[in-house]
Amino acid sequence: MLRLEGVSKRYPHGAVALHGITLDVPRGQVLAVVGPSGAGKSTLLRCINRLVEPTSGRVVVDGVDVTALAPRALRRMRASIGMIFQEHALVDRLTALDNILCGRLASTGFWRSLARRFRDEDVAKAVTLAERLEIGEHVHRRTDRLSGGQRQRVGIARALLQDPKLLLVDEPTASLDPRTARGILRLIVESARERSLAAVINLHDVPLARRFADRVIGLKSGAIVYDGSPDGLSPEQLTAIYGEEDWSSEAAG
Amino acid sequence: MTRRRLAAAGLAVAALAYLGWAVASIGFDAGRLREGIPRAATMGAALLRPDFVSHADDLFEGVLESLAIALVATAAGLVLALPMALGAARNVAPAAVYVVSRAVVSGCRAFPEMIVAIFFVVLVGFGPLAGALTLSLATAGFVAKLLAEEIEEIASAPAEAIVATGAGRAQVVLYGVLPQILPRLAGISLYRLDINFRESAILGIVGAGGIGATLNTAFGRYDYATASAVLLLIIGVVLVGETLSDRIRARVT
Repeated sequence: MLRLEGVSKRYPHGAVALHGITLDVPRGQVLAVVGPSGAGKSTLLRCINRLVEPTSGRVVVDGVDVTALAPRALRRMRASIGMIFQEHALVDRLTALDNILCGRLASTGFWRSLARRFRDEDVAKAVTLAERLEIGEHVHRRTDRLSGGQRQRVGIARALLQDPKLLLVDEPTASLDPRTARGILRLIVESARERSLAAVINLHDVPLARRFADRVIGLKSGAIVYDGSPDGLSPEQLTAIYGEEDWSSEAAG
Repeated sequence: MTRRRLAAAGLAVAALAYLGWAVASIGFDAGRLREGIPRAATMGAALLRPDFVSHADDLFEGVLESLAIALVATAAGLVLALPMALGAARNVAPAAVYVVSRAVVSGCRAFPEMIVAIFFVVLVGFGPLAGALTLSLATAGFVAKLLAEEIEEIASAPAEAIVATGAGRAQVVLYGVLPQILPRLAGISLYRLDINFRESAILGIVGAGGIGATLNTAFGRYDYATASAVLLLIIGVVLVGETLSDRIRARVT
């Protein structure tokens, strides 16, 4: 479903964020990317839908070379890739429903977007999604009036409303308490599984990654230093990813 | 050392000589000042007895015309300002558009309104049209500058999330940018409406219509009582406007 071939990113000021990442994610696989902050996790995710332009290498989604797409085709491709952000990235002054409906902007014309009149079937789908994610009673409230967990659910609904074939998830549990974090991650993983979506999830929380992912990649200074099952994450592997520390409580065992 | 001192002394002497010549050239004359004092007394006395009745029609029409100028100029200025502001915001516009927009915004703000008004009076003749055109330009420059700064300060994550859904440029602006600047936009517009009304009172002096024309005529025929009524009307309208705009601003958050 997703293939990266030697993807590198060098920022204009010279910092190299990614060194030739090669990676294959089959349909239905939930892949967690772990690594210290600054390892390039965020850049890696953004190179896939070209929110960040990779300097070299190819990104192939469902057989299409994303890196070669012209602007219009790129927008169509982005519409088929759902993205869930750190701190939800919602528009505060819009209602939860309008935020969810942003997931349909790509197939909504200019005048309809201007008048904020989405198609009835899109609205119906958005409401159904909101109900399934247990935020149905809040859809007409402004998002800045919702709790952290509720807002992240709005973010998930926005991504799922796109009917994506691939999910990109960037630190979805940052700024959430441990219980809400676990609930949100479970929701994301279950949503991906029931639609058999490939999902790439950046996580800083190793135990959460071990608990929910099919496969874990360890990123360090822009290169893959571990690629395998969650159960293979030994203290030695964690030291390779994060550096020397007592990893007995995070490691598999 | 002595050389520098000599130069400084020379400069001081030259400056003093110039000051002396300048005083002589403006025809400073204590006699004329003395004559002015009784005139100030008559004027002051008349200003204390404002006359709203003798030229009630002129007053009424003047106020209405000024309000119309202010309203039209604010509306037209806003329509011009929005694209200018988007173009002049570094985080939204491509570099080339940014440079051009910045220049246009500066251009709108470069000349004092009186001079622009004289120019438009020459172009389209005496009357409120010249005033409305002048203030439209001034409003566009004013609002665009403040709004561009506001756009540069928006949270980038929500806008990035909208881009990730595959939305087009205009949709990103409609959903990711505008909702974030709406409260400021409302505040700036109301503030500018207030300014425009006051400005329209001044522009009448160069023949650009409005209550200022009424004021100018009243002074012209030494009718200080009517002039006083005009001044009180301006103060009254500005106060009412301020109260209203405070109320509206309190509602938009």
